Amino acid sequence: MNPFGYERTEQAETALRAIAEYSGAKFLAGGTNLIDLMKNGVEKPPMLIDINHLPLRAIEDLPGGGLRIGALARNSDTASHPLVRTNYPLLARAILSGASPQLRNMATNGGNLLQRTRCYYFMDTGFPACNKRTPGSGCGAIGGVNRIHAIFGASGACIATHPSDMCVALAALDATIRVRSAQGERTIAIDEFHRLPGDTPSIDTTLRPDELVLSIDMPRSPYSAHSHYLKVRDRASYEFALVSVAAALEFEGGDGGGRIRSARIALGGVAHKPWRAKDAEQALIGNPLDESSIQRAAQAAVVGAKPQRDNAFKVTLVQRCVARALATAGGLA
Amino acid sequence: MIQERNPKGDQAPKPHTALIRWSVTRREFVVTAGSVAGGMALGLSPFAVSSGAAQEPGTLSEAPPAIRPGAVPVALTINGKRHELSLDPRVTLLDLLRNDLDLTGTKKGCDHGQCGACTVLANGRRINSCLSLAAAHHGEEIITIEGLALAGRLHPMQEAFLEHDGMQCGYCTPGQICSAVAMLDEARAGESSFVTADIGAPGAAELTPAEIRERMSGNICRCGAYPGIIAAVESVWQGSRANHEGRA
Repeated sequence: MNPFGYERTEQAETALRAIAEYSGAKFLAGGTNLIDLMKNGVEKPPMLIDINHLPLRAIEDLPGGGLRIGALARNSDTASHPLVRTNYPLLARAILSGASPQLRNMATNGGNLLQRTRCYYFMDTGFPACNKRTPGSGCGAIGGVNRIHAIFGASGACIATHPSDMCVALAALDATIRVRSAQGERTIAIDEFHRLPGDTPSIDTTLRPDELVLSIDMPRSPYSAHSHYLKVRDRASYEFALVSVAAALEFEGGDGGGRIRSARIALGGVAHKPWRAKDAEQALIGNPLDESSIQRAAQAAVVGAKPQRDNAFKVTLVQRCVARALATAGGLA
Repeated sequence: MIQERNPKGDQAPKPHTALIRWSVTRREFVVTAGSVAGGMALGLSPFAVSSGAAQEPGTLSEAPPAIRPGAVPVALTINGKRHELSLDPRVTLLDLLRNDLDLTGTKKGCDHGQCGACTVLANGRRINSCLSLAAAHHGEEIITIEGLALAGRLHPMQEAFLEHDGMQCGYCTPGQICSAVAMLDEARAGESSFVTADIGAPGAAELTPAEIRERMSGNICRCGAYPGIIAAVESVWQGSRANHEGRA
């Protein structure tokens, strides 16, 4: 690990001043991704600002409905919180599908938002080419081993995927991210928070380097009765998704037999960000959930997919996963 | 068997490489290797910023922000014993335990949070000590495998691993046992897992073998001693429930 300075503070103002003053400094929360990347030599921050003691752990109702989950609440505490389990079971299930209990006890919600890709070419500095790690160096995954890589929204510079499960559920739940810098607060819609790689894959998110994530806010959800997080991976547990689906349905009259009033489908493991399948959602609205509407949605979910040499299986897998997640969410499976 | 050492053979106690042994700028103390085990009062205020002695808690150093890789004061309790240390911020909790405090029961497997051999309890919760900077555990209470036995009696989970042969080489065992102890607390507190059918249902979890496998998936056993591990965990769970019901 590179040598670095270390500061610890209890106050957001102090942390924000420090991050603005020290060029290249990073906030340290759970550290489960950052410390690993520092051990690999991928991240070399000259200064860590330990924000674990900032008062950002609360999980609380928002006035007017909805839920605010603190950036420093641990993933495990979030998944086991009664308000999350009852009103946002999709989020609880997505979090519980990720990593291990030990890692979820350490990892924070803010850190989960900001975790970096597990692309082998990014994680291993033995590979010289990675535009995300070293801008301009090329992409080892394009033309390389790319079984785990993106089929949507990739560029000629990067085909990495975002590894989070939590963020896929947040995309389906229309979350917003509340952030603060020395200049003040702003909110970022989850769909705008993570970005596509384009020509600048080294930049994962629209969060500025001097900004601190304060909380993740979710509106009141009409989906608590009919939602499902499906994750398909190479092992039964403790593994990243090849494909995951967050599916959420709202039925007219509230019951699974009626027509679909609104739907949310977000995909994980397939793009540089959680991938909302809006065409698939549209294919469901106004219809009952049945074999026909499910198949139309599944097909719509993969329109525009551009697989690489090794990951064409994901195009088929996404369709099957969307179909199964919808059927489970709607009580058909 | 549990106390057997690393099959590669743990070396003799190493020099305390992680501890800063020279005088620390703007702090009027010198830490020596010998004073570490005995603990040394530094007069730390919990959670104060690490730089500068004469400043208000929660403020950064008054000087321009020159980056000063250097010692960080860390106070933490390990197996009931308080340690006040001055550490290179790069030191992980795992390396502090093994290299500097000679608590070699906690094992270094992958060193990347992928195997669970380094599992310890921090404030009662299981964590991977390899991905934790020691400095980030300031003020916390750490329990390692060496701290589970009380008054010369093995912890029930240690007894169960012996009884059910929950190991072959034993390298993952301290992490498995620490993980299992915390896992049962999580289940008693009603935490769900990914395989729980109704995540919203309150109350203590039902620990089926499928639940135990999922909840213990953060601990890899390369020998494949999983049947014994699951039997050991299940026996402690059933035993503690029987005791609880007996008291009720």
